[in-house]
Amino acid sequence: MSQPIEFTLNGRATSVDAPAHRLLLDLLRDEIGVTGTKEGCGTGDCGACTVYLNGKPVNSCLVLTGELAGADVVTIEGLKEGDAYHPIQAAFIEDGGAQCGYCTPGMLMMAKSFLEENPDPTDDEIRFALSGNLCRCTGYVKIVEAVQDAAAELRRRAAEGRNNG
Amino acid sequence: MKRTEPLEFHQPTSLAEATRIMLDGGPGGHFLAGGTDLVIAMKEKGLVPRYVVDLKRIPSLSGIREEDDGGITIGALTTLREVEISPLIVGRYPFLAQSAAEVGSIQIRNRATIGGNMANATPSADVAPALLALDAKAKLAGSGGERTMDLKDFFRGPGQTVAEPGEVLTELHIPPRAPRLVGEYIKFSPRDMMDLAYIGVAVTLVLAEADRRCESVAIALGAVSPTPMRAPGAEAVLQGQVLTEELAEESGRKASEECSPISDVRSSAGYRRAMVRVNTKRALLNAAAGGGPVPWTSRRDRRHA
Repeated sequence: MSQPIEFTLNGRATSVDAPAHRLLLDLLRDEIGVTGTKEGCGTGDCGACTVYLNGKPVNSCLVLTGELAGADVVTIEGLKEGDAYHPIQAAFIEDGGAQCGYCTPGMLMMAKSFLEENPDPTDDEIRFALSGNLCRCTGYVKIVEAVQDAAAELRRRAAEGRNNG
Repeated sequence: MKRTEPLEFHQPTSLAEATRIMLDGGPGGHFLAGGTDLVIAMKEKGLVPRYVVDLKRIPSLSGIREEDDGGITIGALTTLREVEISPLIVGRYPFLAQSAAEVGSIQIRNRATIGGNMANATPSADVAPALLALDAKAKLAGSGGERTMDLKDFFRGPGQTVAEPGEVLTELHIPPRAPRLVGEYIKFSPRDMMDLAYIGVAVTLVLAEADRRCESVAIALGAVSPTPMRAPGAEAVLQGQVLTEELAEESGRKASEECSPISDVRSSAGYRRAMVRVNTKRALLNAAAGGGPVPWTSRRDRRHA
């Protein structure tokens, strides 16, 4: 029982025919073809499927398409600023925070959202914020370093913006 | 991971409509709040709802407000993240904010609602002991109108509440409490994050200014009985008494006798009883010592102090 669902995806008005029980994760990957968002556990434990729903990071593996009418959805594909990487993406590349890459889209989405709330975090605060994003290959040291470097870059930009303003 | 099955999806915009859809629809219907329990049950536990009634389009079901009498009303659709960071809750009842922060991840708490957490009626629900220790009330609305009850009477058993078919949990209400009230929630779990509690203990105390006698004391336990529970015997040990380490120990011992834990994959009944004993004592002494919310990184140190 499909029905047209209209919502905003990465800033663009989007309409898809999809049944209400379809998971947002599957809608994105299998029906719309936006595959940056990954599935890890499928039960809201690992955070690989993190997207923004109405501005807040959520697990897209637990969101039903039926809820989406009028919603604003942002995925990892919406993170770049034009052609340039967002500082959080640049920092993960520079610091080796991407590692195998599978958990990275979810890490980036959660980290960006967190830094908007807390621009100058401690390492422990970063670990608290990222506790719902699991890396199963390497570890978290480089990830935390990358988030700190991104935070520093974002603070530098904010200060520059103030000075130029 | 298994996928969800086809279902009818309803998005009522009023409580009356939500109740009517559920009563007309008959068996196989489920209310949907944040979906962090329901969708997992559909994917992992073979739940196949025939239809789902999403409550998120009903205005007035979410938000936190202070009443004229100093009580606090929390709409059932308020997310646990909102409870965690609400300046009103953090300022007044930091242990309640902390108990919300103990659930899952930020991503989960951005979806999970306080009403869903209660209506799902898991014995280990982290927010339940803190609310019980604040004498919280539950308000329900259904075809027979509205009714309000003590939250402890809302739970009936694991996954079971007293809600009638079509009845919606609409609000949780914390009655006005003495400004001197202090409290503590200790979640004792294998891992510090992203885990379920072996046991949970919430306590609230109002200590007399003159001699620090316990004017009021509430002790609530999670994950050690079919429903989140109060421990009246443990409370009676302290009522009207000056809190000492020995009395806190005695209260903890009483709490461990009053609860009825089971043995399961997480831990044995005996271990749960022992952890109720020591963590009730710790929660009482921590609450009395004050100091406000504890950052998660130092909780382990404080817990083992």
